[in-house]
Amino acid sequence: MTPVVVIGAGPAGLAAATLLADQQVPVLLLDEQPAPGGQIYRNIERAAAMPELLKALGRDYQLGTQLAQRFRASGAKYQPGTQVWQVTPQREVWFSQSGHSQQIRADAVILATGAMERPVPVPGWTLPGVITAGALQIMLKSSALVPDEPFVIAGSGPLLYLLVQQCLSAGARPAAVLDTTARENRRAALRHLPGAASTSEGRRYLAKGLAMLATLRRSGVPRYRHVTDIRIDGHDSVTGISFRADGAPHRVDARLVALHEGVIPAQQLPRSIGCDYVWDDVQRCFAPKLDAWGNSSIDGVLIAGDVGGIGGARAAEHAGRLTAYETLRRLGRIDGARRDALAAADQRARQSHLAIRRFLDVRYAPRNEILRPANDVTVCRCEEIVAGSVRAVVRQGCLGPNQAKAFLRAGMGACQGRLCGPVVTELIAAERGVPPEEVGYYRIRPPLKPITLGELVSAETK
Amino acid sequence: MAYDLIVIGGGLVGGAIAWGAARDGASVALIDQGDIAFRAARGNFGLVWVQSKGAGMPAYAHWTRTSAELWPQLSGALAESTDIDVALKQRGGLAFCLSDREFEDRAALLHRMHNESGDIGTRMVDRAELRTMVPGLGDRVVGASYCPIDGEAHSLYLLRALHSALLKLGGEYLPGRTVDGIDAFPRSFTVRVGAERFNAAKVVIAAGLGSRELAEMVGLSMPVVPSRGQIIVTERVRPFLDYTCHTLRQTVEGTVMLGDSQEDAGFDTSIGVPVLQDIANRNLAVFPALKDATIVRVWAALRVMSPDGFPIYEQSQRYPGAFAATCHSGVTLAGAHALALAPAIMAGELPERFDAFHSRRFDVPAT
Amino acid sequence: MFRRLETSADVVRFDFEGRTIIARPGDTVAAALLAAGEITLRVTAVSGSPRAPYCMMGVCFECLMEIDGAGNRQACLTPVVEGMQVRRQSGARGVL
Repeated sequence: MTPVVVIGAGPAGLAAATLLADQQVPVLLLDEQPAPGGQIYRNIERAAAMPELLKALGRDYQLGTQLAQRFRASGAKYQPGTQVWQVTPQREVWFSQSGHSQQIRADAVILATGAMERPVPVPGWTLPGVITAGALQIMLKSSALVPDEPFVIAGSGPLLYLLVQQCLSAGARPAAVLDTTARENRRAALRHLPGAASTSEGRRYLAKGLAMLATLRRSGVPRYRHVTDIRIDGHDSVTGISFRADGAPHRVDARLVALHEGVIPAQQLPRSIGCDYVWDDVQRCFAPKLDAWGNSSIDGVLIAGDVGGIGGARAAEHAGRLTAYETLRRLGRIDGARRDALAAADQRARQSHLAIRRFLDVRYAPRNEILRPANDVTVCRCEEIVAGSVRAVVRQGCLGPNQAKAFLRAGMGACQGRLCGPVVTELIAAERGVPPEEVGYYRIRPPLKPITLGELVSAETK
Repeated sequence: MAYDLIVIGGGLVGGAIAWGAARDGASVALIDQGDIAFRAARGNFGLVWVQSKGAGMPAYAHWTRTSAELWPQLSGALAESTDIDVALKQRGGLAFCLSDREFEDRAALLHRMHNESGDIGTRMVDRAELRTMVPGLGDRVVGASYCPIDGEAHSLYLLRALHSALLKLGGEYLPGRTVDGIDAFPRSFTVRVGAERFNAAKVVIAAGLGSRELAEMVGLSMPVVPSRGQIIVTERVRPFLDYTCHTLRQTVEGTVMLGDSQEDAGFDTSIGVPVLQDIANRNLAVFPALKDATIVRVWAALRVMSPDGFPIYEQSQRYPGAFAATCHSGVTLAGAHALALAPAIMAGELPERFDAFHSRRFDVPAT
Repeated sequence: MFRRLETSADVVRFDFEGRTIIARPGDTVAAALLAAGEITLRVTAVSGSPRAPYCMMGVCFECLMEIDGAGNRQACLTPVVEGMQVRRQSGARGVL
């Protein structure tokens, strides 16, 4: 039995594993990427030798360097390139590496599998040439690649502006930036501005945001605001993007469109274990039910970072350490009072980073057009199911996503509902006129990652 | 208002009876639970399977055959009404034998059934013949039993089509409702769900594992227990299989389903890797090339099992008009449920052929 | 469609449908193919529509490819290796 298994090598997972290893707790960190950093600090170790790239990515990216270095020095056992395909409530962790599967049992499992970008179901979003803003950023981070054909960045939220800034500093100029942030969000968000500015980190984020917007304005890149009715044009690949801005129709030629409508917790792993979830009406997503220390509803399964609710990279790092302190307590290494004392600084720091959240969540709240797309828009990319089909089964009495999945095959494809799940829940909720919480979510089935029948039969059981 | 019939349980059994009754002109309400329920219909393997059904109970063997014969009519009627193709395929079924011992046992079973229940064309096929029937046969396969009337259907589309067709006939589908109680009088029933009341002259209990308690409220006996089955489904692969196999079938989409485990695990629907490995191993022995097929999903569902594994159909003596209907072969028997059982229920009397399915067979005589 | 910010002398060569792709160490298969102008990495089994990587982080499964004979590999998670054989998956795979 391994005392602790940490899943995910982003800020939360790295921080948790480092702290535990520093305290001489045997810890194994499993991650599907080849190197530490998660998506936010992706490729951080190699990027250190690429000055052009570092310059383009900006200073916050380099915060990952120390995190990775400390982790490497901690003595934590690390298995990159590893896909976890099942974790049971008894904390058996099944994982695959190079086509071979095995299982280990742990006293505690810390899930730090991060976030994913909210699906952006618009007409044409399945066309080759449509990618997420995050994907474009990953291309930049991991391969120093930037677009060199006409490209458009469309959507809403801080990551969108950051990507624009990074592209510009890398010398890649978008043909246009389409800002889909709704006009009415502005006033609603203003109420939360004092809260955002109440901490030092909150003020730093606000300043960073203003700087990003200023960069965009100065750049002279055409920026359309209050964009709605996005439709991506093309037959076999993207040729352009049509939309309305402040009500007027526009079209921009492009070969590449990067979409972004914020991020949501990656639900697959905690859901498959059976962790309870609650609906977050402000962040417009489900998040696992957690206590202040990251304990989920399943004993010994802890959750840290954005997988537990969106807070950003820095908050995730502190959350990782909080779960680590709690794990030390669970293992009997320290008592509750000692945990509280040790964790106080991280708790304060985390709160400082979280202060801006409400402002951001309200300012960049996704609009209904994305949450509940029109009938002809594909929602399940794998099985190619459109929104209208979901609405039709609801009208026949289908109450939730699992019945819809059975009736339509939505969520039965290769991505196992990762991309259609949030949309299907919203569609059903709206059609029924009830909150998403009442509708619920797909039951997530293993294996969470593709393994073959051959790999299943040869999996080592202990 | 009062319905002619309330069916409690919106799975394949309840759905088929509700639609069958509505098709006969009855006003029908189908009461169902919500999105998360122990829904055997959603975990079904999708076989329309005859060859080994009813050993020791010829009435069940014949009932199953009746259903297989009625299936094309069911499928046609549903397609006509709803445009949903339930992908019925009745090209024959194979149950593979991986040892001489299995082959002999299987042959003996079929011989016994032939004597008990008559000839349906079932026969043993040896390895040489089997190789002409299916591709890529594994070395360990000795032979198979073959039955020309076996087949399969898409169980999920079937469920959807039954609900959809019921609505088309003016029936009501009432989901999200867990029945609290039934006030029973002869030929008059009030079903209570929270503050709601639903009245009908007849009621059918087809609530799967929930039937046990409901049955007692109307003087029926449905002593069913769960039997866990685990199923693996793969990615879509190119069609390779004409026949339906007992533990493996290729769906109309191209995915391959592997299953047929049976465990007594109570109401626990979690999956277990060792059982899945057994399922995969057995099927890979038959089709070794499937080792490279990617698993998309595995799940566990609960079969609804009576003490002897055979269906229960009966009318309440104390409260005539209340009927029990339960089985673990909701797809196979859908044809018979919709087109033979439902009309009998609406006629108010279960004919003699149903006598064998009465729960009194479980009563242990006092010694 | 893409250009590199940093040029490096190190290259990794692999085969994609008979074409030699020149990648950089640290590239994933998906990134290397996009960099080489290969956008459509699979064709769906449902409708035959062309698909390309969407998320590049293992979530969307749009980049499933056959890599060194193994099907359904997530190209966005698979680092390039010298001499790798990469093929597009067009529709359902044949396993038998």
